[in-house]
Amino acid sequence: MKTFDNEAVVARGNNDPRVTTTANTSALKTTNRDRHSHRQIWTEKLFRRVLFGMGVMMVVLVVGIMLTLVVQSIPSIKALGIGYLWGTTWDPVRDIYGAFPFLLGTLITSFLALIISIPFSFAVAIFLGEYYPKGWLPDLLKNTVELIAAVPSVIYGFWGLAVLVPIVRSFESSIGQQPIGVGIFTSSLILSIMIIPYAASLGRSMIQMVPSHLKEGAYSLGATRWEVIRSVVLPYVKSGLFAGVLLSLGRALGETMAVTMVIGNTSTIPKNIFQPGNTMASVIANELNEADRVIYSSALIELGLVLFLVTVVINMIGKRIIDRVTKD
Amino acid sequence: MKASNSPVKFRIGKSGFFKGVIITLAFSCVIPLLFILAYIIKSGITKINWNFFVNVPKPVGEPGGGIANALLGSAMIILVAAIIAIPIGIMGGIFLSENRKSKVAYWARLCIDILQGVPSIVIGIVAYFWLVKPSAFWGFFGWKQGFSAISGSLALAIMMLPIVVRSTEETLKLLPDSLREAGFALGLPFHRVILKVVVPCGVSGILSGVMLSVARIAGETAPLLFTAFGNSYLSTNMGKPMQSLPLLIFNYATSPYNDWHDLAWGASCILLMFVLVLNIFTKIITRRWKVQL
Repeated sequence: MKTFDNEAVVARGNNDPRVTTTANTSALKTTNRDRHSHRQIWTEKLFRRVLFGMGVMMVVLVVGIMLTLVVQSIPSIKALGIGYLWGTTWDPVRDIYGAFPFLLGTLITSFLALIISIPFSFAVAIFLGEYYPKGWLPDLLKNTVELIAAVPSVIYGFWGLAVLVPIVRSFESSIGQQPIGVGIFTSSLILSIMIIPYAASLGRSMIQMVPSHLKEGAYSLGATRWEVIRSVVLPYVKSGLFAGVLLSLGRALGETMAVTMVIGNTSTIPKNIFQPGNTMASVIANELNEADRVIYSSALIELGLVLFLVTVVINMIGKRIIDRVTKD
Repeated sequence: MKASNSPVKFRIGKSGFFKGVIITLAFSCVIPLLFILAYIIKSGITKINWNFFVNVPKPVGEPGGGIANALLGSAMIILVAAIIAIPIGIMGGIFLSENRKSKVAYWARLCIDILQGVPSIVIGIVAYFWLVKPSAFWGFFGWKQGFSAISGSLALAIMMLPIVVRSTEETLKLLPDSLREAGFALGLPFHRVILKVVVPCGVSGILSGVMLSVARIAGETAPLLFTAFGNSYLSTNMGKPMQSLPLLIFNYATSPYNDWHDLAWGASCILLMFVLVLNIFTKIITRRWKVQL
């Protein structure tokens, strides 16, 4: 019976001094049963160590990813310095590297996509969180919106290439622009569809968490539904909605394939939003396999490093806000 | 009377108006998705036939090409990625749920959060430097590096990891402590309690996390660009370049040939079906077993 006691106490990871004493007494006897329990304790320790090792491995993995990016972009950081980030010319043939066109392209596509998608994702959040939280139709809408995130980005790109590009082309010629079709505007449209679910699902859960006594208080003062939403619900969840927008932004910044397929891939600074351009992710996707010199590939990796750092910071801020909001 | 009534009417009308606006906007989100689904299925379904599944792509102009190489390649790459990521992910999730307060768990959780937000192309770059670019480290073990399916699997496994870890952790956290305590009270050692009591109770949640992660990586292209690279022939060698569905779609969709576009439409249709079925299946599981992800 004693051996069983030992195991139970050790198993709980208890720091009780009793553990050591009982373990010692059982270690003194060498019956068969004790040997068995020794093996079990040993297996148990091994199991704990393996679990611990997995936790450490995750930290090592992320640190390794960051170190790899940093180490590989050192040649370009050394040779090009900080001016790399606002150099406006990207001409690998003449060994001139300036990342500004890509930074600009990434910022424009992402923010344009956010502006287009925010009304839709907030509408979904308010509809599902406040107007109709239960029922089969809201359920269907919720699941369908979540499916938007499930469709692979390469399929969005292919669809954009086949369907959206001709539409944008005729739209461009009707407003007197060069009818190119591919470009920043097209990729923003595709991106705006792709990022709707992130802000929508977070916003929905935030809106559902608004305490009902606040809303009832406003109703009892004679407020209409919309007035309750506008002056009670939205102010209450504004930081949660902001976190959702940040998560969407993180997605939009790093999105690669769909953008690569419809943005046109030119490394000059776009004059307006209908011109073709390039984002950081799309230039990496297009050129890393062709980069034949150390400095060329290293300049691309540095873009990857910037992308990594920016998305990490954005996601961390978003997570912090969510944690703070959900804790209250 | 009228003076006091009309603002109320106005306010009620405004409330109704905004309700209409929100409902319209909310439901118009679905339109592009339905449009895309319908278009892909309409263009893809006619290209799918028996030859499509058993042949490799033919040269432009020859009829009867298929995507057997991409189907097999995708299946193998995903399988190997799952073999790498699932055990590590589940054990990592167990670690996080069993050690909620420890310092290592805090950092590990932070790293998982970071990993979840890392753009897939960055993972591709890193896998390229770890396993594709020739380095002295692997040369020491006598492995000649280059584009290989195994490096693609590694990249996808890194992408799977956070989803598996997260879903395992969240599922196990929801299980009542009394379950563990009952196991300990019977004298079971820690690993038995975890493997025979806790994990079986949370298996549906873990399973849905795994399926979700497979659905996510099945359509990932960016990490494969610099790793699995693509191959126009049938290949089963994990150490060599291998074709996969998303890579094939990307390469053929951006090519100028109609024959190749047809292959890409068929491949998109199959990929889309696979991903959607996995997602819907996951939804059903989470609903039936009331799992929260």
